[in-house]
Amino acid sequence: MKIQRILTVSIVLLALNTSLVQANDVVVGVAGPATGQYAAFYDQIIHGAKAATEVINAAGGVNGNKVVLDIQDDACDPKQAVAVANKFAAQKPAVVIGHFCSSSAIPASEIYADAGIPMIASAASSPTITERGLANVFRTSGRDDLSAVVAYNAIIKQKLGTKIAIINDKSTYGRGLADNVKAGLNAAGVQEVVFDSLTQGEKDFSTLISKLKFANVDLVFFGGYFAEGGLLVRQAREQGLKATFMGGDGMASSEFASIAGAAGDGFLFTFYPDPRNNPKAADIVKKFRDSGYEPEGYTLYTYAAIQAYAKAAEDAKSFDGNKVSKALHSGTFNTVIGEMKFDKKGDPSTEPFIIYTWEGGKYKPLI
Amino acid sequence: MGYFLQQTINGLTLGAIYGLVALGYTMVYGIVGMINFAHGEIYMIGAFISLIAFTALGLVGITWVPLAILLVLVIAVLFTAVYGWAVERIAYRPLRRSFRLAPLISAIGMSIFLQNYVQVLQGARTRSLPQMLSGGFTLWETEGFSVQVTFIQICIVILTFCLMGLLYHAVEKTRFGRSQRACEQDMEMAGMTGINVSRTISITFMVGAALAAAAGLMTTLYYGSVDFFIGFLAGVKAFTAAVLGGIGSIPGAMVGGLFIGLVEAYWGGYVSGAYKDVSVFAVLILVLTIRPTGLFGRPHMEKV
Repeated sequence: MKIQRILTVSIVLLALNTSLVQANDVVVGVAGPATGQYAAFYDQIIHGAKAATEVINAAGGVNGNKVVLDIQDDACDPKQAVAVANKFAAQKPAVVIGHFCSSSAIPASEIYADAGIPMIASAASSPTITERGLANVFRTSGRDDLSAVVAYNAIIKQKLGTKIAIINDKSTYGRGLADNVKAGLNAAGVQEVVFDSLTQGEKDFSTLISKLKFANVDLVFFGGYFAEGGLLVRQAREQGLKATFMGGDGMASSEFASIAGAAGDGFLFTFYPDPRNNPKAADIVKKFRDSGYEPEGYTLYTYAAIQAYAKAAEDAKSFDGNKVSKALHSGTFNTVIGEMKFDKKGDPSTEPFIIYTWEGGKYKPLI
Repeated sequence: MGYFLQQTINGLTLGAIYGLVALGYTMVYGIVGMINFAHGEIYMIGAFISLIAFTALGLVGITWVPLAILLVLVIAVLFTAVYGWAVERIAYRPLRRSFRLAPLISAIGMSIFLQNYVQVLQGARTRSLPQMLSGGFTLWETEGFSVQVTFIQICIVILTFCLMGLLYHAVEKTRFGRSQRACEQDMEMAGMTGINVSRTISITFMVGAALAAAAGLMTTLYYGSVDFFIGFLAGVKAFTAAVLGGIGSIPGAMVGGLFIGLVEAYWGGYVSGAYKDVSVFAVLILVLTIRPTGLFGRPHMEKV
C-alpha cells in the first residue's frame, strides 16, 4: 500500500510539472480558426508568428526572455473564442495575437481588457474592434470601412459597373463590408439594383446567380470569404453571367484559386499593400521562401504584430499588460510592413487598401 | 417567364439531390421506424469518396467524362454502402430491442462521429475539384434573359430518373423488395414466415446509403466543392423533404425532394436569398401542423 501511495504522489507531482513553459518565458497567445473553412488563413498567421518568434529568440528574446507561442483554436466562432479568451485570461500570456475573425475578436477583446492583456489583431478588420475605447486593442491590419472606401471609390472612379449588386454572407465581416460599400455608393448617388445575402457553408448559389442575371447586373460586390466567393463566381460563369466580381480581403487566399479555377480570373478585391514588395522586407521574405513557404496574405502582418509587441515590451522594460499597451500607443515600430505607429484607437498608420485582381491562380495589383 | 423557367431548372436540380438523400431517410423509417440522423453524413462521405475517386482517376489518366462518372458512381456506391452497413451494425442493431429513443440518440452520436472522422482524416478545409463537365446550352432566349441548362444539370436529372427506376424495380419486382415491403408491414410476422429480417434491414440501409452516394457524386460534379459539414444542412433539408412527402413512402420522398428544391429556388429567386433556408423549414412546420402524414403518407392505423 505504501509503495502505491508513493507512486501515486510521484506521478501527480510529475504531471503537475510537465509544463513546457518555464517560468521566465514570454508567452504569446495566438488565436484563430485552426478548424473550419478559414483554417487556410490561420495557417498564414501561424507561419508568420512562428517565423517572428524564431528570429526574436535568436536575437536574445524579449527583455532577455524566450518567446513561446500558445496557439489556440476558436473555429471563427464567437462562443469558442470566448472560451479561448477565458483560458488566456486565466493563464495570462503577455499578449494575444488575434483573433482572426472579427466576430471572435470583438467579444474576446473585452475579456482581455478586463484581464489587462494586450491584443494585437493581424487580420480582423471590423471597425468595431477599435471603436469601443479599449486601450489594450491594436491591429496591424486595416479596417473594413477603409477597405469599403477604397472599393466604392474604385467602383465610381473607374466606372467598374453600372448595374451593381451587393451580396454579403451575413457574417460580421461580410455584412459590415457590404453595408459600408452600399452606404458609400448611395452617398455618391449610385443605387445598387440587388442587395441580397447568402449563407456561409452553402454550396448552391444558382438561384442567386439567376436573379443577378435577370437583373442584368454587370458588377457584383461580394462581402464575404473565399469559400463562397469562389463558388459564386464559378457558378456565375457556368450560367453565363459575365459581370465583374469584386470583394474584400476575404478573397486573399490561394484556396480561392483552387475553388474557382479559371472562372476566378478577373475577380477584384481590396487588400493591404503587399508587404512582399517592400524592399526592407526582402530578406525576411527570402527566408520564408527558402523554407518552402510563400508568405502570402496575413503572414507578414502577423510577423509585424509580434515585432511591434517585442519592441513595445522592451520600451516599457516590463511585461505588464497596461504598461506595454501604453508603449504600443506611444512607440514607433520598424516592422516588416514598414515603419508604423498605432493611433489612439489602436489602428495602424500604414497605408490602407489597394485593389488586386486574381489571375492564373495568383493575385497582383490592379493598375 | 424565362426567369421562372430558369429558377424551375435550378430548383429541380437541387431537388433531385435532396430527393435521393430523402429516399434513404424514408426507406429506413419505413422498415425500422426510426429517423437515421446519420444519413446526412453518409451523403457527405459519398461526396468525399467521389471527389477522391475523380482525383485518382485523373491521376491514372482516365479523363473521358462519361466513363469517369460511371466508374466513380460504382466506386462511391460500393464504399458508401459499406459505411451504411457499418453504421447500422455498430449503432442501431444492438439497440433494436431497446426503448424508442435509444437508436435516435445513437444516430445523432454517429452523425457527430462521422463528421469529426472526416474532419480528422480529410482536414477541415474545403476540398475542390476542377470543373469536370462544363458548358451547356441555351434553352430559350427571351427579353434579354437567356435560360441556360448546363450539361451537368441534365446529367443529374437523367441519373436521378435512372436510379428511381432501378429502385422502383428493386422494391416492386425483386425478392429483396418483397422482403422489404413485408418487413415494413409487420416485422414479426415477416420473421416468422422465413424472411431474414436482419439481412433485409442491413440491405435497406445499404441501398439508402448507395442513393446518398449518388447524390454525393452529383454534388461533387455540380458544385465541385465539398467540406465535412455539408451533410448537416443537406441532411436536415432532405429530412424535411421526406416528411413532406410522407415519411415511409418512396415516391413521396422523391416528390418531397423536388418540392423542397423548388421552394428554395422560388423563394430565393423572387423574395430574398437571405431567408431561403427559413422558407424550407417553414414548410416543415406547416406540414407537421396541417398534414403530419405528408403528401403521400397514410395515417397510421392500429387494427385491434
